[in-house]
Amino acid sequence: MTTSTAPAPAPAPTGRGPIWVIRDTLVVMRRNLLKYVRVPTLLVFSTVQPIMFVLLFAFVFGGAITLPGIDYIDFLMAGIFVQTSVFGSTNTGIGLAEDMNKGLIDRFRSLPMSRSAVLAGRTLSDAVRNLFVVLLMVGVGYLIGFNFQNGFVDAVLAIVLVMLFGYAFTWISATIGLAIKDVESVQAASFIWLFPLTFASSAFVPVETMPDWLAWFARNNPVTHAVNGTRYLILGEPWGFPADVWKALAWIVILLGVFIPFAISRYRRAV
Amino acid sequence: MPQHENPIIRAEGLTKSFGDVHALSGVDLEVAEGTVYGLLGPNGAGKTTTVRVLTTLLTPDAGTASVAGYDVVTQRTALRSVIGLAGQYAAVDEILTGRENLVMVGQLYRLSTAEARRRADDILERFDLSDAGNRPVKTYSGGMRRRLDLAASLVGRPRVLFLDEPTTGLDPRSRLGLWDFIESLVAEGTTLLLTTQYLEEADRLADRIAVIDHGRVIAEGTSTELKGTIGGDVLELELVDPSQLEAAAAALSGMCCGEPTLEHLTNTVRVPVESAVGTITDAVRRIDRAGIDLVDIAVHRPTLDDVFLSLTGEHVTEAVADPGKRRKRQRSMS
Repeated sequence: MTTSTAPAPAPAPTGRGPIWVIRDTLVVMRRNLLKYVRVPTLLVFSTVQPIMFVLLFAFVFGGAITLPGIDYIDFLMAGIFVQTSVFGSTNTGIGLAEDMNKGLIDRFRSLPMSRSAVLAGRTLSDAVRNLFVVLLMVGVGYLIGFNFQNGFVDAVLAIVLVMLFGYAFTWISATIGLAIKDVESVQAASFIWLFPLTFASSAFVPVETMPDWLAWFARNNPVTHAVNGTRYLILGEPWGFPADVWKALAWIVILLGVFIPFAISRYRRAV
Repeated sequence: MPQHENPIIRAEGLTKSFGDVHALSGVDLEVAEGTVYGLLGPNGAGKTTTVRVLTTLLTPDAGTASVAGYDVVTQRTALRSVIGLAGQYAAVDEILTGRENLVMVGQLYRLSTAEARRRADDILERFDLSDAGNRPVKTYSGGMRRRLDLAASLVGRPRVLFLDEPTTGLDPRSRLGLWDFIESLVAEGTTLLLTTQYLEEADRLADRIAVIDHGRVIAEGTSTELKGTIGGDVLELELVDPSQLEAAAAALSGMCCGEPTLEHLTNTVRVPVESAVGTITDAVRRIDRAGIDLVDIAVHRPTLDDVFLSLTGEHVTEAVADPGKRRKRQRSMS
């Protein structure tokens, strides 16, 4: 049996500087995104559902819904973009729950890496995936007659708004995933409240067509602000107003401000 | 407990509860650098919780602990840079290849990418995974995954390695293989703390062993010291008729230095004895006089199972801890 001298400190760089946080985050992102490269069917199937939504809404409801001065497809796509981005955010919680069950989160937490990198890497790689799917929706929309009507800059801003809104929701999903842990329960818990939230909004039909009590909810629904803000950038007034853009941005800031600390404290305590 | 001048792992009075389940009720440990330390105990005894506290995954409710001089609560990041951990399940990404898994872990140990790659290749070779290194992990066998998991815990060249039930769920051949790997590691000076419910594993690998039960260390020492606490040898008699167990115990009582213990599951009576000489003859005479039929009789050196039995009245493998603890422990497997 040997006895040791006092342990020497700091053998490895354990910096907390922003450079290390970024590097750790990129390492985690790369790992998450490789999944889609290695198993392309994952991406294929995650695009089938939004494509189906576009086609079903455009062709099933499109004929029944007439709007003054525009085609339904132009009205619809802002809703589809937001819905795709919000639904896509559920992957975050599911991915984290899977990592937890496989013991990978334990491994990450036992490494001298930056504490926020696992969550930042997860949400950002899901944002990249979301961007891919939303851009695909743009393509599908164009094939069936959709057009950005306010020029390139507003089109880019519209996509940025959609991405930011979805990104705020990935942190809600992260909190759910870390709190519930069981993959299938997370799956159910992530989706169930998103249906009323996205459908009871201006995403697919004008709010005015809803019964009063529902219209009241829909008008104050953050999804409506995001959709109307996006619609303003795509179509201009009166389909949305600048105020909607600002309200959507305010919601994004609020959601991130609440759920980033929530998710991080959940992650630190993840047993 | 012997005092080392500078134990590389030191824990004092660690407690941890989950709700009203006391997973740890005051664990004290000291591990000298360069040694292998075994935490032995049944499921739910507190082995995993101890490891999770020492590796910073859990914060203790009370007590203090340090690894390589770093406090488990206040110096987490520094502590993490000198340890490696392999848990009960292979914590590797199935979609990535074996090599990619190791490079990722190396990068997260803050190595340069080039250095992480170099170490990944070295370790793959050492763990006999070079050929499989470029295959996705989902094509690996259970034994290969465990090896990769162990490999991942070594990428950072840890001074202290924690292995939580490293061979649970492995077939005997893979288990022997993993033991060889672990022994070669330790030969290079790494300090190892491993938990196990397998007595032979602790017996073979560990320099010192702490027997842990109900969140407490109930005995500590080398394998020989622990066995010495029993005294001499153990006489074991297996009966034909389970209803004669009591009668057999009565016939053997007073033979030597301890009272017989009964094990109904295997129809066995065990008696501690001083030496093998003359013992079997004496026992057979007593049993014969009582008109009891035997299947088998043997004298053996005490095993760690005998130690555990004498300390707790239960076999290691039978001891059932609080269901609450088991639930906590198995959380991630649900």
